[in-house]
Amino acid sequence: MRELKYWQAVNEALALEMARDGSVVMIGEDVAAPGGPFGTSRGLLDRFGPRRVRDTPISENLIVGLGVGGALNGLRPVVEVMFFDFLALAMDQVVNQAAKISFMSGGRQKVPLTIRTICGGGRNNGPQHSQSLEAWFGHVPGLKVVWPTTPADAKGLLTAAIRDDNPVLVIESLQLWQVKGEVPEGEHVVPIGRALVRRSGKDATIVTAGGMVPRALAAANELAGQGIDAEVIDLRTISPIDAETILASVAKTHRLLIAHDAVKPFGFGAEVAALVAEKAIEELDAPIVRVTAPWAPVGFSSTLERAHYPQPSDIVRGVQSLFGNA
Amino acid sequence: MTQMAKPATLSEGKLRQLYRTMLLIRRFEETATQLMIEGRLGTSLHSSVGQEAVAAGVCAALAPDDLIATNHRGHGHCLAKGVDPTAMMAELMGRTLGTNSGCGGSMHIADPERGVLGANGIVGGGIPIAAGAAYAAWVRQSGQVVTVFFGDGAVNSGGFHEAMNVAALWKLPLVFVCENNLYAEMTPQRVHSPTPDLWIRAAAYGMPGQAVDGNDVLAVLAVAEQAVERARAGDGPTLIECKTYRVRGHFEGDPEKYKDKAEALIWAARDPLERLKPQLSSTDAIETEIETILADAVRLAEAAAFPEAIEASRNVYA
Repeated sequence: MRELKYWQAVNEALALEMARDGSVVMIGEDVAAPGGPFGTSRGLLDRFGPRRVRDTPISENLIVGLGVGGALNGLRPVVEVMFFDFLALAMDQVVNQAAKISFMSGGRQKVPLTIRTICGGGRNNGPQHSQSLEAWFGHVPGLKVVWPTTPADAKGLLTAAIRDDNPVLVIESLQLWQVKGEVPEGEHVVPIGRALVRRSGKDATIVTAGGMVPRALAAANELAGQGIDAEVIDLRTISPIDAETILASVAKTHRLLIAHDAVKPFGFGAEVAALVAEKAIEELDAPIVRVTAPWAPVGFSSTLERAHYPQPSDIVRGVQSLFGNA
Repeated sequence: MTQMAKPATLSEGKLRQLYRTMLLIRRFEETATQLMIEGRLGTSLHSSVGQEAVAAGVCAALAPDDLIATNHRGHGHCLAKGVDPTAMMAELMGRTLGTNSGCGGSMHIADPERGVLGANGIVGGGIPIAAGAAYAAWVRQSGQVVTVFFGDGAVNSGGFHEAMNVAALWKLPLVFVCENNLYAEMTPQRVHSPTPDLWIRAAAYGMPGQAVDGNDVLAVLAVAEQAVERARAGDGPTLIECKTYRVRGHFEGDPEKYKDKAEALIWAARDPLERLKPQLSSTDAIETEIETILADAVRLAEAAAFPEAIEASRNVYA
């Protein structure tokens, strides 16, 4: 199979869906003439024209509002909010408007809206361009939240998001931008709501997502050398979370570690831990461990950033502690 | 102020229609308030009494498939756009018969079939959405015009400026209707805006702006027709400031200690229904019709069921 970089897979999904469905539009800051701040909408303006591919002013609340109103009037908009942190400027439209409209209208209205955003963590972007805020959005009924890790998933989850009749937040990871991987040609849909076991193992379960996944896999490889066979689950969808895959894994390994780039309190690790405690506490042979960022914003300097984001060695130590070897 | 549109000479039938719409709104609001006082309708209510000419005049300039977005004080706009009073009354009572099956309430009336994108509980929240609907109309070349209603409070929210900017920049088929009723919730307009005129903000975006006597339904209709025509022709948006007065409190039950009694008397003399009435022959038939509509609305709404508990988590996703 041919290989694409992560960002190229995003670009391919956009182009395919826009070609397939004339109601799909792409709007955001620098998405048209510049081809996207990081290339994901390259070529779309020439191909689909300035009505459907539009540069907006720097007005994040409006950008999402354009998507909500567009979705209510016959479009399937894809809006881009350049960095995850910038969604703070659009929270009313995301949380009070887009997410609630289906419920609030008694099911008479729907908002088929895709909100793309980029998590800049791991690339020295500093405290206001690097946050992992997925838990904010996972806490909102009516929203779906996906976070692709591989180029194939970047294509498949974005395609699923565009075809979904609900608002879907698609988080893309800048630290994965240049990662290459096999991507199916033509139509490729990855269903929302299903996690994937990236590495099968029998001794411990590592639940993770997004840019953390490659570090978790690196940790699992190192652990294999120590005789610990770790299973790595890539959530792919933060909300609704795939409880079934997590519980099946814990029933097999009896040990659980959750690793994420977000800070620990109220992160998705807390949700996964609570889920397992509620549904399968009797399966656990050791207390659950969370490996997360410290309670601080993300520092700019490469040493600070490296200290902020959990590294494979942190995950290795975390898994060892599940066996009483802290 | 840009040039004033001249109110056209309207047929008796058209005048009666405008009066009917205003009376329906007035009596709907008064009925809802009375029901609330009697404990038969338990929602927080934001009455648009005194502002009926804005809803009636603007919506009379719209086509059936044109769209509106409105705010927490939006009953009048929805009724003027053709939403069924029974379904609205049922929504205010939280019944399954309601426009939103009881899930939204007074501040969230939505009716896609009548072109009502939705009222909104967030001041200014509907403005970016209206811009999006207008953008969709432009992309799809549907010929629709979108009108967004908001108050003098919303013009100080970021979304207003973001949407004004992009609507002018892209020449969207959008009409911004600011109902300046002199109060943002419990704060007089002079306390929250540096100028009494709000239409002048249009100039910053290279957009026509116009003030109109918001208690004169014929004047409102004339400026609305001009703005709608401009929008439909692809010439872009207009900001209309309707100078009016919020006769009631921010919410029904508001003690309104912040209001000036002399001011209220001045505006009482400008009542939009009383101003149109002398131009009509007897309005008895209209009054009888409206009373029947509202009596039926209340009766049917009160007879309708409350949602089952299972509905509390239905339709979270489409």
